[in-house]
Amino acid sequence: MATQEPDDKLISTEVSADETVRNERPDETVLAAKDLDVYYGEDRAIDDVSIEIPENKVTALIGPSGCGKSTFLRCINRMNDQIDVCRVDGDVVFKGKNVYDGDVDPVALRRKIGMVFQKPNPFPKSIRENVTYGLEVQGKPATEGDVERALRGAALYEEVHDKLDTSGLDLSGGQQQRLCIARAIAPDPEVILMDEPTSALDPVAASKIEDLIDTLVEEYTVIIVTHNMQQAARISDKTAVFLTGGELVEFDDTATIFENPADSRVEDYITGKFG
Amino acid sequence: MSTPPMDELFGDIDLEWEHRKNRAFRSLCFLSSILGLAALALLIADVLWEAYRGVSEYDIGIIHFITSTGSVNPDRAGMYGALVGSVLLIVLASIMTFFIGVGAAIYLEEYAPDTRLVRLIDANLANLAGVPSVVYGLVCFGLLINGPLDLGRIILVGAIALALVVLPIIIVSAMEALRAVPDSVRNGSYAIGATRWQTIRRVVLPAAMPGIMTGTILAIANAWGQTAPLLMVGAIASARHVPTGPFDDITALTVTIFDWAFRFQDQFHVLAAMGIVGLLVVLLGMNMVAIYIRSRYEKELS
Ligand SMILES: Nc1ncnc2c1ncn2[C@@H]1O[C@H](COP(=O)(O)OP(=O)(O)OP(=O)(O)O)[C@@H](O)[C@H]1O
Ligand SMILES: [Mg+2]
Repeated sequence: MATQEPDDKLISTEVSADETVRNERPDETVLAAKDLDVYYGEDRAIDDVSIEIPENKVTALIGPSGCGKSTFLRCINRMNDQIDVCRVDGDVVFKGKNVYDGDVDPVALRRKIGMVFQKPNPFPKSIRENVTYGLEVQGKPATEGDVERALRGAALYEEVHDKLDTSGLDLSGGQQQRLCIARAIAPDPEVILMDEPTSALDPVAASKIEDLIDTLVEEYTVIIVTHNMQQAARISDKTAVFLTGGELVEFDDTATIFENPADSRVEDYITGKFG
Repeated sequence: MSTPPMDELFGDIDLEWEHRKNRAFRSLCFLSSILGLAALALLIADVLWEAYRGVSEYDIGIIHFITSTGSVNPDRAGMYGALVGSVLLIVLASIMTFFIGVGAAIYLEEYAPDTRLVRLIDANLANLAGVPSVVYGLVCFGLLINGPLDLGRIILVGAIALALVVLPIIIVSAMEALRAVPDSVRNGSYAIGATRWQTIRRVVLPAAMPGIMTGTILAIANAWGQTAPLLMVGAIASARHVPTGPFDDITALTVTIFDWAFRFQDQFHVLAAMGIVGLLVVLLGMNMVAIYIRSRYEKELS
């Protein structure tokens, strides 16, 4: 095994100035999983996962295909309720409340925890209607200002401000994904879940979204699933490594995970020995 | 540098037989489509020729034909009463079926759990859509005229018979339209904190509406051409009778054409042909509207 000297980095994690500032804030846990098991029928997809996710940080979930990253993400906002065969065992605690308690309405939960999907999925509606949708279903009237703020927040405003009434489906893939981010942040949630938000995009569009995540985290807690190791290293503060079987093998500061992982399987995964 | 001869590069590949198969199959398909089209063209040409004889030989004015009502005297016969009957039937049947049909489709596609019962209903809807329409006429006759109820041979009963014919077609086509809305769009709505009804009302239905409308229009066009179920509930050729409401005696264009076609005077046959032309014009109009909606609103989702 390679000796872990400081300059023997597996993957470089250049840390930007504001990220350093971010890292110095004490961690407030906003979301936690406790002994979480998830089953699809008889098959276990998540195996006894416990994790504490800090507020206003970017947490990356990485791991080989099929290891349960998307499943874990969907547990947080209870999108798994949508899947008939899916059964969840254990707690997901959001700000002290177990979201699987009987008195938690998943609709209300999802108003606090937004989500961006792997494949851009704008509604077949105008750009404006896409952005105002979340506010409207929550019974809050949406103003022009709300639309502009959300689109600026998603770094899309400059490109679409003169065609807000054209269909969201007429945008490019990268623009569609940023529209989906605008849609998610318009109702001002507290946490944003992203499932491989850049995997369907070209590198330029992807890097725009990476920059965006860097600014989003000022206001929101971001949890992002990614297959792209460099991306996780670049944008996240914390990294959780899942391995096949739905096991959370290691969860630590991103720099530690990429430079000096405790578990040899994590190192093997990161260096591409398997996965 | 010279280009190498074709044989030297590709000589080992023999596609002769593949190309021959390709050509043979293409000709076969072309022939079948031509046969179908030719049969249709022949029929239409025949009807048009008969109708033209009406205008030229018997000197029947088109305006006169449209505005006057049936009569035993072919010189005075027209399709007005029958047309009014048909329109009443169609309007009533559409009102009865659209909301029930779309509602049933929404329930089955969006709400119903995936149980064996639901799957059984699903499968049998398609069967219902394939039941010969005369059967629905018979059911209506047995229940509403000559059975527990005796409503008489009125427009309303005919409309119910037509409604039964088109309802399964509307449900099946609306379900298809709803199924064509990708789940990713539904999930996008749920993930932002929309309820199921909000998701259906604001995202799924608007996206499926063009498909639902197209299916409904085609189903109604089908009802427009129905004859058998109306005969079963006692529709008669319109003779001097212009129906004024749902409780009036039943008459319809198709039934009137049917009646004319079996009279012995040649002039009535010609009138039947003119009636058919009228029927076809309306059908063509409906289909064009359906095609327009489809092409206007069809957009790749997801
Ligand atoms: N809807 C479902 N029904 C049944 N099994 C499922 C379903 N979704 C996921 N699974 C199973 O759960 C396991 C974890 O899947 P999941 O999609 O969470 O993996 P993932 O880590 O997101 O993979 P990828 O990186 O390829 O997206 C897999 O074995 C998968 O087959
Ligand atoms: Mg996944």
